[in-house]
Amino acid sequence: MTTLLPHKFGPYGGQFVPETLMPALIELEREFVSARNDPAFNAEFDKLMASFVGRPTPLTYARRLSEKLGGAQIYLKREDLAHTGAHKINNALGQALLVKRMSKKRIVAETGAGQHGVASATVAALLGLECVVYMGSVDIARQEPNVFRMKLLGAEVRPVESGTKTLKDAINEAIRDWVTNVRDTHYLLGSALGPHPYPTIVREFQSVIGREAREQMLMDAGRLPDTVIACVGGGSNAIGVFSGFVKDESVELIGVEAGGSGIISGKHAARFGDATKARVGVIHGTRTYVLQDENGQIAETHSVSAGLDYAAVGPEHAMLRDTERAFYTSATDEEALSAFQTLCHTEGIIPALESSHAVAEVIKRAPTMRKDQVILVNLSGRGDKDLNTVIKELGQNL
Amino acid sequence: MNRIENAFKNKPIFMPYFPLGYPDLSTSIDVIEALAKNGADLIEVGLSFSDPLADGPVIQQATQIALEKGITVKKSLEAVKELRKRGVTIPLILMGYYNPMLAYALEKFIDDAREAGADGFIIPDLPMEEAEEFTLVAGDMPLIQMLAPTSPDERMESIARNAKGFIYLVSVTGVTGARSSISDSLGDLISRVRSHTSVPVCVGFGIGTPEQARQVGQLADGVIVGSACVKAIGGDENPVKAAREFARSFREALNLSS
Repeated sequence: MTTLLPHKFGPYGGQFVPETLMPALIELEREFVSARNDPAFNAEFDKLMASFVGRPTPLTYARRLSEKLGGAQIYLKREDLAHTGAHKINNALGQALLVKRMSKKRIVAETGAGQHGVASATVAALLGLECVVYMGSVDIARQEPNVFRMKLLGAEVRPVESGTKTLKDAINEAIRDWVTNVRDTHYLLGSALGPHPYPTIVREFQSVIGREAREQMLMDAGRLPDTVIACVGGGSNAIGVFSGFVKDESVELIGVEAGGSGIISGKHAARFGDATKARVGVIHGTRTYVLQDENGQIAETHSVSAGLDYAAVGPEHAMLRDTERAFYTSATDEEALSAFQTLCHTEGIIPALESSHAVAEVIKRAPTMRKDQVILVNLSGRGDKDLNTVIKELGQNL
Repeated sequence: MNRIENAFKNKPIFMPYFPLGYPDLSTSIDVIEALAKNGADLIEVGLSFSDPLADGPVIQQATQIALEKGITVKKSLEAVKELRKRGVTIPLILMGYYNPMLAYALEKFIDDAREAGADGFIIPDLPMEEAEEFTLVAGDMPLIQMLAPTSPDERMESIARNAKGFIYLVSVTGVTGARSSISDSLGDLISRVRSHTSVPVCVGFGIGTPEQARQVGQLADGVIVGSACVKAIGGDENPVKAAREFARSFREALNLSS
């Protein structure tokens, strides 16, 4: 069987799923290809992206942060201002429109930080679909506001108690539901991972970030950025913004993984940062870099941000890293929390803890750059959902 | 005649699944030996994985316990060798997810499995599209192909055409685990598969009782029982005795359907 779209990114990607799901993946790919060639589909998507999501999201020049750091000029792509407060809505809306085309009535989704769960619940309400969101019980405890939000939007939130009770286990449960109900259910996967065609579909629906940002940079700064920085969990916001610049060879692309308590501590989610624990493997339908033990069991990960707390990385990032088109680094919990506060104070923006990892890299990097250089950072989401975590972490220091 | 072909001489055959390392390694070896010597014709020997996405709660919990007790691919292969030493002569098929095999190194895994006395592999997350790198190395050791109720005819044909050993037909959409009844459409599904291949067709997923096994045995060449086997044996105070009784009850039921 051959696929309509490339199903691998170099040696990464592929379709490592039970046979029961293969026909659904083939149908999804076919539907996606036909939808993208259908002007009516694209018109409906674009219209809702403007009238419902609120696109284009602004590009904000971070004047005070740039001055404080004393180096490169910093621009923020404001995905935090998209409806529901993060970039996740772009992909959720696109896939939900595909679900309508496939005449399926029910979606299941996984969520870590809750942003993809909220986005899925939102588009399900908008389009009249039944929605079940799987969420690890550890994540439910640390992202409570988003759990309420999903329920208000009419979704059922099913706590996942298996394994490490985080994003990885939520994906397992979503896949188990999907394999059981595949005839009437679509798995609305929220990141650029999983089996083909998901990494490609998610990138395409998120590529609006990069397209808009590139135009806005040219318009506002009169030039392309020298460096684009984004946080990388599964990697959907990063692949979305990178896709706008990947052909501009002068633009450096930097992904920031969760450094947790530090690489040496072993408590982190830095798939590219820890050669002792990360090897190429297969998880959730895709071949990519996976944090695992020497026996091939998937490792427990740690991050203060639920959205980055995942043992594998999207397969396209694995290829971009091998080909050195993008570079990957990490920020620790502490650095992310500090960056979180810095952005609050200097720009009046409360970023998501995930996005704070990207800001932490800006704080390290901008002072080493010249004042006529430009950094674009993708501010993937807003931080309201993280207030409980931040209060707990910072305590009296706040 | 190899062990797998030999096993299908008296159809329908009984194929229980049991994971090595559950409830502990030495008990699991005793259990598999007891299954083999009390009526099982072929055993699916389970290799544990932290993220078994095709499995229901019973097998999830059992393999989780096996991992907590320290099971590894290496120890599992040593256990297969031990079973051969104890005079187990029926086919032993290793059933597990792909990542631990990759971590062990594919070539070494297949070599060591052959050396230990395994007869083939079932890998639920390795569909036809991705199987080539495995089958090229595996040579004459069959990678058992799975078919599902959702597989369209064209796909069924291309999978069945290249099938070796037997076909593992997943009887229901879903994860492993017993169901309350056998689907009415199973006969049609089996006929569809048979129209594409002459290798034996075995049915798994959802079969929990000897009576269900008897019904399926009237249609299929083999009956695969996983979760019900794990539950009945793992939940018993004397797992080896439970294994003997479990195997005998299914064997007797299947004798009635032949």
